Amino acid sequence: MDKTVNQKAWFLVLPVFLVVAFSAVLPLMTVVNYSMQDTFGNNQFFWNGVGWFKELLDPSTDLGGRFLASLGRNLFFSMVILAIEVPLGIVVALSMPRQGWTVAACLVILALPLLIPWNVVGTIWQIFGRPDIGLMGYTLNAMGLDYNYVSNAVDAWITVIVMDVWHWTSLVALLCYAGLKSIPEAYYQAAQIDGASRWAVFKAIQLPKMNRVLLIAVLLRFMDSFMIYTEPFVVTGGGPGNSTTFVSIELVKIALGQFDLGKAAALSLVYNLIILIVCWIFYTVMTNAGAERKVQAESEPATEPKPLAALKPVTALKPKEGVA
Amino acid sequence: MHSIPGRRVIMALFLIFLLLPIYWLVNMSFKTNAEIVSTMTLWPHTPTLQHYRRIFTDESWYSGYINSLEYVVINTIISISVALPAAYAFSRYRFLGDKHLFFWLLSNRMAPAAVYALPFFNLYSAIGLFDTPWAVALAHCIFNVPLAVWILEGFVSGVPREIDETAFLDGYSFPRFFIRILVPLIASGIGVAAFFCFMFSWVELLLARTLTSVQAKPIAAIMTRTVSAAGMDWGLLAAAGVLTIIPGALVIWFVRNYIASGFALGRV
Repeated sequence: MDKTVNQKAWFLVLPVFLVVAFSAVLPLMTVVNYSMQDTFGNNQFFWNGVGWFKELLDPSTDLGGRFLASLGRNLFFSMVILAIEVPLGIVVALSMPRQGWTVAACLVILALPLLIPWNVVGTIWQIFGRPDIGLMGYTLNAMGLDYNYVSNAVDAWITVIVMDVWHWTSLVALLCYAGLKSIPEAYYQAAQIDGASRWAVFKAIQLPKMNRVLLIAVLLRFMDSFMIYTEPFVVTGGGPGNSTTFVSIELVKIALGQFDLGKAAALSLVYNLIILIVCWIFYTVMTNAGAERKVQAESEPATEPKPLAALKPVTALKPKEGVA
Repeated sequence: MHSIPGRRVIMALFLIFLLLPIYWLVNMSFKTNAEIVSTMTLWPHTPTLQHYRRIFTDESWYSGYINSLEYVVINTIISISVALPAAYAFSRYRFLGDKHLFFWLLSNRMAPAAVYALPFFNLYSAIGLFDTPWAVALAHCIFNVPLAVWILEGFVSGVPREIDETAFLDGYSFPRFFIRILVPLIASGIGVAAFFCFMFSWVELLLARTLTSVQAKPIAAIMTRTVSAAGMDWGLLAAAGVLTIIPGALVIWFVRNYIASGFALGRV
């Protein structure tokens, strides 16, 4: 489908442009302004040039040390939850019932954690995990495990990770489920005729059909875990010590806690830049994948899901489709 | 062929994992504080409605729910109405800088709220919107408008171009075509986009808390503050938490048939 060139389309985009520019560009300009200055209160500002940025990227200073440590923690956290949530989400999507009222019931329950305000998610896990009043904390301690997320850094990490898995695996699962639903029945029949194993079906049919939604899932999960703030803040408050202080928590501490505008602004810009770069990489990969798929679909429309060599659905497919 | 061995067990275990913490919250909200602190009980032995009664009779509590719903609804309406024409433009036309604009929009969806908290505070104080639902609604546009454009673009692309051409040949003007033909055709897509705007605006706390102080304070902020002031009123906290889950659960129930395609953002 070729799009026609029409510059008047800008008029249709203008409202979006204005709304987003109002809430994105204006504040960002303030941030850039602050990031170059130093303040000693009383609204007196002094030019500081790139001083904050130098300090930020130098681990030997207080600011740089805190920033780089929280960045490391945050990246580690994102990797761990991606490694858990993506495979688990795929397994859950594959386990969805096929028809009947159970489908709707499962979908509603799966979507439930996504609609809970983030601070309530924190509250739920705080209440659930406390050794004195929480079911999980109490049970673990009764089993002889010394579990206390308030004082033990490892326990705090486990709690935050399990909470995130609880909160967001459903998103991955629902996305994968949507991908799976779009696979025509005929593909499975063709695979059956060829005697493909369960694993071959997954690798040759289901995974290629899911890769687009999986890319969206990974993008969303990476971004959201990279800017996570509310849930760990409510549960652990960034502690014990600084062990669960992620970049956003550090930033809010500096900006709204200490009102250190220059440092906070410099940190914001670097933080935003990292996000922008990662976002751009994903966007490029995604549009390239889309373009490739389009080209492929145009040249050989019937064999779109890249069949295995052993699995030639084209010939087997045709009569089957006629029967169905 | 579609699913994996042991799927019922896996699904059941996962659903239990999802529901158990929520059950504990509900359970807690019906207990008296004495019972919560003194004993470990799997269900409320002396069930009480005192926490719910307190929330529904105390204005500082229930006004929080109204405030939250207010800015969520304003935000959803703004987001959808500005995103619809843009989604059409992105789906149908090529124009100067379209790809860059789309990427710029998308990158705003990903921008961390923490970065914007302080500048928004300054901005909305300066234009006199601080502590009104409008401030929060506009602030949430930064991530909801790009998302709505993204979702709606997928759905508009699903409408065959021939329909536009036929309508224009039949003498429809652009606004009339848009409202009479296009909007009804992508009604389910609009529903899905509205669901997502509702969802992300409803769950966000950091910006909502930063941009309000007294008049428009959202329920989420009231929960955090009252708890720290009143010590350990676990029952009340749990009851307030349960009440914040209900609007979400209702919305899910209405869109349950579109959830699957909705989460794929209209582009599987």
